[in-house]
Amino acid sequence: MTVARTSHRGATAWRRRTTGAAMAAPALLLFGLFGIVPLSGVVILSFTGWDGLGAISWTGAANWTSVLTDSATWDALWLTAKVMVLSWLLQTPIALALGLFQAAAGRWRALLAVLFFLPLLLSAVAVGLTWQALLDPAFGIGATPGLGWLARPLLGDPDLALYAVIFVIAWQFIPFHALLYQAGVRQIPVSLYEAAAIDGAGRGDRFWRITLPQLRYTVVTSTTLMLVGSLTYFDLIFVLSGGTGGPGTATRVLPLAMYITGFQAHDMGRASAIATILVFTGLALSLITTKWSGFTRMASQQEGS
Amino acid sequence: MTATTSYPRTPVKLPAAAPAATGGTFSPARLARRAVTGGATLLWTAIVIVPLYWVVVTSLRDRADFLSTSPLAPPADPTLANFRTVLAGDFGTYLLNSAVVTAAAVLVTVAVSLMAAFVVARGTSRWSRWYFRLFLLGLAIPLQAVIIPVYLLIIRMQLYDSLLAIILPSAAFAVPITVMILVSFLRDVPHSLFEAMQVDGAGEWKQLFALALPLTRPAIVTVVVYNGLQVWNGFLFPLILTQSNERAVLPLALTLYRGQFGIDVPATMAAVVLSTLPILLLFVLARRQLIAGLTAGFSK
Repeated sequence: MTVARTSHRGATAWRRRTTGAAMAAPALLLFGLFGIVPLSGVVILSFTGWDGLGAISWTGAANWTSVLTDSATWDALWLTAKVMVLSWLLQTPIALALGLFQAAAGRWRALLAVLFFLPLLLSAVAVGLTWQALLDPAFGIGATPGLGWLARPLLGDPDLALYAVIFVIAWQFIPFHALLYQAGVRQIPVSLYEAAAIDGAGRGDRFWRITLPQLRYTVVTSTTLMLVGSLTYFDLIFVLSGGTGGPGTATRVLPLAMYITGFQAHDMGRASAIATILVFTGLALSLITTKWSGFTRMASQQEGS
Repeated sequence: MTATTSYPRTPVKLPAAAPAATGGTFSPARLARRAVTGGATLLWTAIVIVPLYWVVVTSLRDRADFLSTSPLAPPADPTLANFRTVLAGDFGTYLLNSAVVTAAAVLVTVAVSLMAAFVVARGTSRWSRWYFRLFLLGLAIPLQAVIIPVYLLIIRMQLYDSLLAIILPSAAFAVPITVMILVSFLRDVPHSLFEAMQVDGAGEWKQLFALALPLTRPAIVTVVVYNGLQVWNGFLFPLILTQSNERAVLPLALTLYRGQFGIDVPATMAAVVLSTLPILLLFVLARRQLIAGLTAGFSK
């Protein structure tokens, strides 16, 4: 009797384990093949020479020495950093203000929140084509009476193009971060504000002492997503610059440099070296920003539950 | 703790929004504040709306009107000719390609992720924890950067320039976030429900289909909508992994239109409008799920 039961239990445990493995396998296979394998693949390819069609040959550290001594790489890295920092400075205050605005009750606010959400629905290509035409100096928005000051080659001038690109990125992604802040604001306990009101705290006090501290995790999450996200801004800049990262190299951030090196200049080895820099920069940024909370807190909470 | 949509259904009324409730009169300071808020709201509304309005208005102009009229004026003689131009071409093919790619990628993602999330949420072994960490790693890495090895893989698998070449990587890249959202949802399902089924002799598959699937339906709708939007709007994979006109999806087709129509901006804008209509429809039908999906896993 006891023997029968234990062997039955053993069979059940074995069946559970194999079923579990069968359920785990498809996602592991799919993500492993197109996520994990390429992740190591990109590092390996950075030590090879490949034109994208022919045979792959081992070239040692040649790509790395050439990429790291090429001033174009450092220019691209500098542009990427610039996009990252300026995007954060532009998007964070506006997204926070919009989040506060949208979180409060009111029919008008709800209606406007729906409108503000629309840019997020468009594909980056649609947004890029729209702004490319809108910023055309002759037939774009600058041709409107009163907006003549916009009638200049904003995307064609090497000194202005990057700022125009940063603006368009903000136009598309601010709604996303506003949503994050909106959700964050709505989670702040009302009792905190009631207590502050009893203490006679003014608006400024309430914002700096309650709202902002309570939103710290939202700020970290939004910042992480902005920083890591700005490493991968590709579609928009690709379309806005007509696939060149131009004018000249004025908007050629790292992802564009990777694409142009690999798929236009057919030097996949060098492009992989640039991609490796991207991967490790992204990983480092994620680790640094999550050092103070954010994902790790969220992840560990989930793992612990 | 639900990482999905945990903010209250009815928005909390913040003191900031309370209109003149405390003072009763409009002090100059309050008026000035309202003026600033109102002005800023108006400015942002204009920044968001004007470009969208311009796209629609421009798509309704003929070329002569576009070149001569002020950009924001309503079209003197609205025409649907631009839409006819676009629809007369291969738009149907692009639309179908986009629909097939999106549907297939979303189906694959959700199917494999639901099973994976079930294993993570129900599993207690060290393996299941490492399994979950693998997907968390996927969230921290800018996956777009690994496009070159993906390109190599697709070529070696003889899938280059097929719809499957877009479907598989798109589905794979969507797995980490989908697993994370579904896991956080599944963990809120009381363990006793699963145990009760187990006592009744139901196996893992039965528990997955009869319990986990129906209970996670809101989360599944969320990830379907979210991933659907991402894949529908995706550009990098189609750009790199397909080549021929017959395999082009809508975002790629838009860049083709740009080249084909050249300075015919109204026709390009008509294509932009047409490519956006399906998403707009989704937005009208499932706004709540869409918004929940976009912040799922990040808000909290």
